[in-house]
Amino acid sequence: MKRGRSALNSKCPIFPYHEKPGKRHKPSFALSPPTDWGNLPYHIVLQIFQHLSLVDRARASSVCRCWNDVFHMPDLWRRFEFELNQPATSYLRSTHPDLIQQIIKKHAQHLQYVSFKVDSSRESAEAACDILSQLVNCTIKTLGLISTARSSFMDVSQAHFVSALTVVFVNSKSLSSIKIDDTPVDDPSLKVLVANNSDTLKLLKMSSCPHVSPAGILCVADQCHGLRELALNYHLLSDELLLALSSEKHVHLEHLRIDVVSENPGQTHFHTIKRSSWEALLRHSPKVNIVMYFFLYEEEFDPFFCEETPVTHLYFGRAVSKEMLGRIGLNCPRLVELVVCANGLNPLDEELIRIAKRCKSLTAIGLGECEVTCSGFVEFVKMCGGRLTQLSIMEDVLIPDNSYNMEQLHSEVSKHLGRLWFPDMMPTW
Amino acid sequence: PFVCQGRSARLPSAVQLPVSTLESQAPEPLNTMAPNSIHWFRKGLRLHDNPALREAVRGAGTVRCVYFLDPWFAGSSNVGVNRWRFLLQCLEDLDASLRKLNSRLFVIRGQPANVFPRLFKEWKISRLTFEYDSEPFGKERDAAIKKLAMEAGVEVIVKISHTLYDLDKIIELNGGQPPLTYKRFQTLISRLDPPEMPVETLSDALMGGCVTPVSEDHGEKYGVPSLEELGFDTEGLPSAVWPGGETEALTRIERHLERKAWVANFERPRMNANSLLASPTGLSPYLRFGCLSCRLFYFKLTDLYRKVKKNSSPPLSLYGQLLWREFFYTAATNNPRFDKMEGNPICVRIPWDKNPEALAKWAEAKTGFPWIDAIMTQLRQEGWIHHLARHAVACFLTRGDLWISWEEGMKVFEELLLDADWSVNAGSWMWLSCSSFFQQFFHCYCPVGFGRRTDPNGDFIRRYLPVLRGFPAKYIYDPWNAPESVQAAAKCIIGVHYPKPMVHHAEASRLNIERMKQIYQQLSRYRGLGLLASVPSTNGNGNGGMMAYSPGEQQSGTNSNNSHLPGVSGSSVATGNGSGSILFNFDNEEQTGPRSVGQQQQQRLHTLPQSQHQQQHAGYHSVPDASQNITSSRLYHEFAVPQHPGLFLHTRGSGITGKRERESEREALGEEEPASCSVNKMQRQSAEVSPQSAEELATSFSSQDFLSEPEPEPERSGRLMQQQQQIFNVFWSKQGFLNFQTYFKVCSQSSREPGEGL
Repeated sequence: MKRGRSALNSKCPIFPYHEKPGKRHKPSFALSPPTDWGNLPYHIVLQIFQHLSLVDRARASSVCRCWNDVFHMPDLWRRFEFELNQPATSYLRSTHPDLIQQIIKKHAQHLQYVSFKVDSSRESAEAACDILSQLVNCTIKTLGLISTARSSFMDVSQAHFVSALTVVFVNSKSLSSIKIDDTPVDDPSLKVLVANNSDTLKLLKMSSCPHVSPAGILCVADQCHGLRELALNYHLLSDELLLALSSEKHVHLEHLRIDVVSENPGQTHFHTIKRSSWEALLRHSPKVNIVMYFFLYEEEFDPFFCEETPVTHLYFGRAVSKEMLGRIGLNCPRLVELVVCANGLNPLDEELIRIAKRCKSLTAIGLGECEVTCSGFVEFVKMCGGRLTQLSIMEDVLIPDNSYNMEQLHSEVSKHLGRLWFPDMMPTW
Repeated sequence: PFVCQGRSARLPSAVQLPVSTLESQAPEPLNTMAPNSIHWFRKGLRLHDNPALREAVRGAGTVRCVYFLDPWFAGSSNVGVNRWRFLLQCLEDLDASLRKLNSRLFVIRGQPANVFPRLFKEWKISRLTFEYDSEPFGKERDAAIKKLAMEAGVEVIVKISHTLYDLDKIIELNGGQPPLTYKRFQTLISRLDPPEMPVETLSDALMGGCVTPVSEDHGEKYGVPSLEELGFDTEGLPSAVWPGGETEALTRIERHLERKAWVANFERPRMNANSLLASPTGLSPYLRFGCLSCRLFYFKLTDLYRKVKKNSSPPLSLYGQLLWREFFYTAATNNPRFDKMEGNPICVRIPWDKNPEALAKWAEAKTGFPWIDAIMTQLRQEGWIHHLARHAVACFLTRGDLWISWEEGMKVFEELLLDADWSVNAGSWMWLSCSSFFQQFFHCYCPVGFGRRTDPNGDFIRRYLPVLRGFPAKYIYDPWNAPESVQAAAKCIIGVHYPKPMVHHAEASRLNIERMKQIYQQLSRYRGLGLLASVPSTNGNGNGGMMAYSPGEQQSGTNSNNSHLPGVSGSSVATGNGSGSILFNFDNEEQTGPRSVGQQQQQRLHTLPQSQHQQQHAGYHSVPDASQNITSSRLYHEFAVPQHPGLFLHTRGSGITGKRERESEREALGEEEPASCSVNKMQRQSAEVSPQSAEELATSFSSQDFLSEPEPEPERSGRLMQQQQQIFNVFWSKQGFLNFQTYFKVCSQSSREPGEGL
């Protein structure tokens, strides 16, 4: 590099002549016509540029016309992440406005994988919408709207957001992946999405979009037969939706993520999904992963897992009752991962042992504010054995008993797992 | 932390009180050969186990114990009144104890760098002693003072007594880098000699012929100031719940041990409603100010354990509190940006929200969550809160609910918390916010449920939030859910007399867990659906456990006999090493394979830094550290760990190594992992195989949130992301030792990078 730079600086760009003859260069190189850094074939510069960050590319682009041309080649502008932050609400920097303008002017038609990361301010979310509404000559395949702090898209006026989003939906007719969690997207905009991209849509993530109704998402499932991954809130999940996703025309569903959130205790009524609907889904897509995140009050769990449910990953963000965990052992035979953040003060031994017995695919478990006796825990681990690849148990969860103290527990569990294991520790300070 | 001297050394020259009136007619010692000493108190505010103070009086003619107070700094600092009061009480206690030895404490108004030269001259000083300060700014300050002293012909003696161990030795044992997980730290500790015994308390006998010249107007010139003099309004200030001083500390440690002996249970005590309150056996503020020697505490615990447990050797967990402190000191000692997110190589960059209003509500106990507000009130009033209470409020501020930077919380603790040491405070905040140390993030303390489990009655809430006194236990943790009639009966309308909850916890924790997952998945390049697997761990253990790069672990890993799990205290105890020593014998894990090369190299690597170390300190340590002599031969034999990364290769596929490795091994055997997406698996695996490939970095970064990315583009990830990923490579790569250095190189390079031009 040093040699190269000096060659450029001296404006004597034919660098082989600057070399002591035959020292490090292959003869073929020396035989080729005089080469200048600026005359390197485009595809080589391009390849080099692909290994550089945008900032480095921008710097390099001011070296010569050739490099500048390469800088603007479409290949380098397929992917872009707009970062929109305000100094008042974020520690992170924003994408420079000039760069944004340049992209809109020169590279909009090259963009294929676009994401927007916005901080918690409404201004940032609005700026993202403004950019979106200018992306008219595009063939975007992947679009992500990501709130890095609070969900600021919800603060944008719905009309503004929806019109910006539909610009992309209408103009890019080959969208395949869309992540629009925590946004005010609504049924009509989903209809536009379906009308323009039904053949290509594979992934749709729209957790916590309060303006979408079960009918709105059903329309997507009915029309987009290539949909393989879907994330939504429980109130959008219906028997009809599962059946639509299981129709013959539909590809196999790979991931289904469901967030179950309650606003206030007792105020939300949760419906149940029929066992036959789950079975239909499983018949159609035997390998589907069903991920459920629960943020409920203890008394709201009654409608769940009363019948066999093909859930694979379960996360309980708030306290969950013993009864519920007991039902999981009975009715969740496909369970792979179970995370329980909190539970009452009664030891969960029985429930865990039942889960170990019935959930033959369980490989990961995490326990927060729960209680399990050391003997119960050892029994659980013994039954699961080495298949437990993730075992994250807070230290306080484990209650020493007559059989095991903490030291003995850790060596006993390590023995059954076949690897060193310790409970998760928190600083005592 | 309480950084009176450290901070003031950096501040512009402060208002100086007239120090020039130092008595020049101090009685000169008869023997002019006997040195005149200054002992400089900073932390270590005690006469017991104070090796540097001992050195000050050894053979000396005169000794003066000084403490620097910068009155200007006192007013402007963000250290709260409780911490100042604690400090002043410590100083008063020191002065009282010194009086009993016919000496006094000299509280000097000003900054060390400005005042020392004059003191040296006027007191004809030839020896300066102080306790070693391991924190980066302390080291910087002390280096300047040492230079200044040497120029003045003053001999400087520095002694380690604020920590159990010489932290540099721990780092050296870990291949030159501080351990980043607590487990790793414990492993290293278990391979060190036990800490040095406490030295004798300063007494008349030790003083010998050494005297302190005290002038008539000592009180005026060098007396301990009052809070009022420092500009604090003390009207209505309730008496201290935690009185400062060595005398109090020594009373407390006896009570602490008595209670332990009575309970006869050395497991970590389970939390209950009572443990939330300040206990007369609590020790942490005393350890922080050095009113209590950590070594004294350590050995008293050991003795008690042996007595109660009939001579069985104590597990490391006995010293939990002390070792956590030591762990964070070790992690921070060479990292001046340990208390920052930006530019801190061990801190994950999280896009925290800037929200001064929300921060103020948290700090001022107005969140609307009684559990959080009661804790913050207790903190402000008394200066101490239980560690689980710290977890609760820290989690609430950062990753749990408010998504505000841990740095902000750390600053509030620095102001209010008596035991907030710079290293321990920052380290704990990084830990609790899941910003470092490879902590599982799945578990957020619920600001309602956690308190209710701990104190179902809500007495703690009623004690600190009298406004809520009238609420029945059923609603005291979530009073906004109480029917209006209940609120009226309690004479407290939510939204009027007590704020409504500032966040919707379920919603906030849903968003935040998602964000943490995103961040950790980017870093770990994990694409699967599991939450737990997003945090890298090499032994399938959520707390990061053993790091793959650590040489010692690799060696352990080759031992496929699972019933013997070497390397940590617990298992060593369990395998019945009845030597009665806390230094565990690792002879039986000696390698059977070719190791001589490794050992030789090991010897060289160990010898070299140590001799450098000694050279560096020559001139400061007039008395060579005794431990350095003992260790040499045993160290090399017992700690024979391979340093050359090449030697790690043979550990692949062993029984105990990490889960990820085991996974790929199993896949290689053609076994199917049930219910796991094959695409994800392949991505994961390829990422693991060649973690350095730029394309891999790029793929993982860009497809972070899209489970099935159609066509990965070779775009290079952002520089900061690369930095962060480098940290993770350390944990995953088999050549971690090398990567760690590369990683530091990358970080230092990019921090020199000028601001991005675009």
